Amino acid sequence: MSDQSLADAPDLTVPVPPGPVPSAPVRERRPEVELSVDGQLVSVPEGSTLLDACRQCEIDTPTLCYVETLTPVNVCRVCVVELEGSRTLVPACSRKAEPGMEIRTDTERVRLSRRMVLEFLASSTDVTQSPELCGYMESYGADPERYGERDAQAESKTQPVKVDNELYVRDYAKCVLCYKCVEACGEDAQNTFAIAVAGRGFDAHIATEFDVSLPESACVYCGNCIGVCPTGALVFKAEHDLRERGEWDASRQESTDTICPYCGVGCTLSVQTQDNQIVKVTSPLDQEVTSGNLCIKGRFGWQFTTGPSETSDDVAADGE
Amino acid sequence: MLWGSNARETHPIYFHHVLKGIRNGAPLYVVDPRRTSSAQWADRWLGLDVGTDITLANAIGREILSAGLENRQFIEHATSRFEAYRAAVEPFTLDFAERETGVPREAIRDLAHAYAKAPTAQLCWTLGITEHHKGVDNVLALINLALLTGHVGRYGSGLCPLRGQNNVQGGGDMGALPDRLTGFQHVANDACRAKFEAAWNCKIPPKPGRHISAMFKAMDAGDLKTLYVLGENPVGSEPDTKHVMATMAKLDFLVVQDLFLTQTAEIADVVLPASAGWAESEGTVTSSERKVQRVRRAVAPAPGTRDDMAIVFDLANRLGHDWGDPNSETLWNELRTLSPMHAGMSYERLEALGGIRWPCYDESHPGELFLHGRLWANPRIGPRAPFSVVEPEAPVDYLDDDFPIRLTTGRRLDEYNTGVQTGAYASPLRRQEAVDISPEDAAQYGLQEYEQVRISSRRGSVVAPVRLDPGLRPGLAFMTMHAPDEVNTNELTIEAIDPKSGVSEFKATAIRIDKMVVASAGD
Repeated sequence: MSDQSLADAPDLTVPVPPGPVPSAPVRERRPEVELSVDGQLVSVPEGSTLLDACRQCEIDTPTLCYVETLTPVNVCRVCVVELEGSRTLVPACSRKAEPGMEIRTDTERVRLSRRMVLEFLASSTDVTQSPELCGYMESYGADPERYGERDAQAESKTQPVKVDNELYVRDYAKCVLCYKCVEACGEDAQNTFAIAVAGRGFDAHIATEFDVSLPESACVYCGNCIGVCPTGALVFKAEHDLRERGEWDASRQESTDTICPYCGVGCTLSVQTQDNQIVKVTSPLDQEVTSGNLCIKGRFGWQFTTGPSETSDDVAADGE
Repeated sequence: MLWGSNARETHPIYFHHVLKGIRNGAPLYVVDPRRTSSAQWADRWLGLDVGTDITLANAIGREILSAGLENRQFIEHATSRFEAYRAAVEPFTLDFAERETGVPREAIRDLAHAYAKAPTAQLCWTLGITEHHKGVDNVLALINLALLTGHVGRYGSGLCPLRGQNNVQGGGDMGALPDRLTGFQHVANDACRAKFEAAWNCKIPPKPGRHISAMFKAMDAGDLKTLYVLGENPVGSEPDTKHVMATMAKLDFLVVQDLFLTQTAEIADVVLPASAGWAESEGTVTSSERKVQRVRRAVAPAPGTRDDMAIVFDLANRLGHDWGDPNSETLWNELRTLSPMHAGMSYERLEALGGIRWPCYDESHPGELFLHGRLWANPRIGPRAPFSVVEPEAPVDYLDDDFPIRLTTGRRLDEYNTGVQTGAYASPLRRQEAVDISPEDAAQYGLQEYEQVRISSRRGSVVAPVRLDPGLRPGLAFMTMHAPDEVNTNELTIEAIDPKSGVSEFKATAIRIDKMVVASAGD
C-alpha cells in the first residue's frame, strides 16, 4: 500500500528548486545601559554584567569561579570592583550593569581585596598548576608565605591524590572550591549531579555522594568538570601520569581542532599533542555545538589513534 | 519529541541542548519501548511494544484530525494525498492503538494534542525507527505527523534523524548511495550524469547500484564476486553472523581497508592499513545538522598506515587512471564544481565560519539553518510534499511459545558500535555484555541477576549473564553489539531487510532465555 502512496510523489530524479534562505527570528536589540568604569563612559546591552563592561573597556579583571558557560556562583570574590554608593565591594562577574553606575577597578581597596583573596587561596591550596592564577598573584603582589609556616602543612594541601579510575584523577590539594565542576556536572551542562560541595567552613570540599569513589558514584566520565577546572585539581590521568614522570612539556605541545570520530553531533575536539602523541582532548568554550562540553567517548575515546603498535596489537589480539 | 532514540547516551552533547530546552520549560515526549535514560527526562514516556510505531503514529494523526487540530492552511498550501491519509488513519482509534501498542489511550491523546498545539515542535528519531523491516514506512509515518501539523520548514520546527556516525551524513552527501551522485544528484537524471561524465571523462551507468543488504543477496547468488570494504566491519555489524560468514566465504576476492584487523579484515585476501580519518588526515565531515566541518591532522599516521584517500588514489593509478596528487582541498574544490549544494563552501569559508550547513550555493550564501522552507513560500516553490499511506506490520521474527521474549538492541554511553574504536580505552563504565531483562521476567523465569543464561533465537544462541533493568517492561529484553568477541548478539538477530532502505530489523528478535544446565558434582 505504501508503494502505491508514492505513486504521485515528486519525481526523485529531479532536483528540488532552492527555497528562500531561512533565518532565525531577529531578536529585539536590547537597550543600552550607560555607566562609567574608571572614569571612562561605556555603553553595554541591558542585562550585561560589570565584568562585560570591564572587558569592553579592555580592563583585565581576574576571575576564578566565573566562566561564560556557567551561571555565576560568586564564591571566589577575586573579581570584585568598587561601586559608588555601595558599602561593600561587588562581584563584577554577576552584578548587572545599571544606568549611571560608577565603577572603579584599580583602587587600593580593590587591589587589597584581590591580593588577600589570592593569598588566602594560595596559602591553603597548591596553585602551581594554574599559570593564570600565578600571573594574577604576581601582578597583585600576593605573598601567601606571610601567613607563616603552617601554610605548607595545611591539611587541604597535603591530602593525597585520588586515583580511582583510568580516565581522570582528583587532586583536591589543588582545589580552590570554585564550584565550577559542580555546576558543570549539574544544571549548567551535564545534569548528572555526581558531585556537590560537602561539609562547611574549613571542612567544605567537593565530594561524590557519601564520598564514594568515582566508579561507585553517578559519574558518567564526561570530563566536563575537568574542562572548567581552573587549577588542575581535576586532571586527565594521561596528563597526570606524564606530569608525575616529569614528561609533560607544554613547550613541545601543539593543539589542532578537528571533529570527534564518534556520533553525528559534530563536536569540535581540540587535540593536544606532544611528540606526535595525543596527550589531551578538550573542546573550545565558544564552540556553538559543545560550549566546551564533551562526552566520555569524545574526551577519552582517542586511544585507538595513539601508540603506533601497542593499541592495534591489543585490538587484533581481542579479535582472535 | 524523541522517537526511538536514547540521545542521552547516544548523542550526549545534542542532549545537552535538549536539557537546556527542558530547563526553559519545553515539554519532552519520549517514545521508546524502554524507559531509557532519555525517557527519564521526559514529561511523558510512551512505552510502546516493539514494532508498533506505525500504529501509534497513525493513531496520533487520527486523534489530531478528530480534534480538529491539524494545520489546514499548510495542508492545503503545501501537501498532497491528504484525503487518502485521512481515510487510511480512520481505523486507528485510541482504543485500537492502546490494544496494539500497549500505550494507554490517554497518553496517546495527550501527545497528539501537545504536538499539534505546540507553537514549534521538533520530532527526532534514531535507529529505533529505522532498524525495522518497515523502517522507511516508520519514517514516513512520522513525516505525516509533521505535515499534518505544519511542524516542518519553520524555525524551531522540524524532523531530524540523529545521525550515529560523525560522517554518515557526509557519506550520503558525497554520493555513497546506490542511486545518487555527489550532492544527491540522481544517477537516472541524464543532465546530472552528463555533467559528471564530462568532468571525470568516463561513462556512468544510469542504473542504481546495490545497497549493503542487496550486495549480500548478490554475493549469495554468486553475482557479486569481489568486495572492497572501507572502514566497515560487516562481520561484526550485520545481523545473523553465521549467514554473513557463509556469504562472504563465497567471494573470490575480499579487500578490507581499515585501521584495525577487524573480524572482517581477518577473513580478507588483502588488508590495506589505513590511518585514522579524524586526527591523522585532512578533509571534511558532515554532521547530523548538515554542517560541513573540517577535520585536521593532529598526529602523523601510525607507521605502515596511509591516508584513505592516498590508498584509493594509488589504487586508481594501478588501474590505469592518474588522479594526480591526493590533496583533500583540491579534491574538495573539484566536488564544489559538481555539487551545487556544496559550491559555496571553500576551505577558507569553512575555516572562518567554523562549518557551513548545506545547501550553500555560492560564496555569498550563508548555508541554511533548516530545510523545506520552500513549502511555506507564497506562492509555494517546487512540488507539494505528499502524505504517505502506511500500514503497520508486525516484526518478521514473530513471538510464540518457543521464543516468547522480544529482544531489542541498542547502544550504551561509553561504547560505539562493534567496539572497534572504543575497545582501546579503559572506560570505567564498561560492563560485561549481558542480557538486560525486567525484574518481572526474572521472577517469572526464576533468574538471578548476573546468572549465566543461554539466549536463543531461531538462528543461533549465545551465553551471557542476566542483568535487571527496571526500565524494561515484562517480555522485553535488551542487548548491545558492542562486544561481539565476548557475546555476539548478532548470532541472534534476523536478516529481515526493509527492501526500501536495505536496513535489517536489528530492533526486533524473538528469543528464549534458558537457565544453564547445572554441572553435576562429578564434572
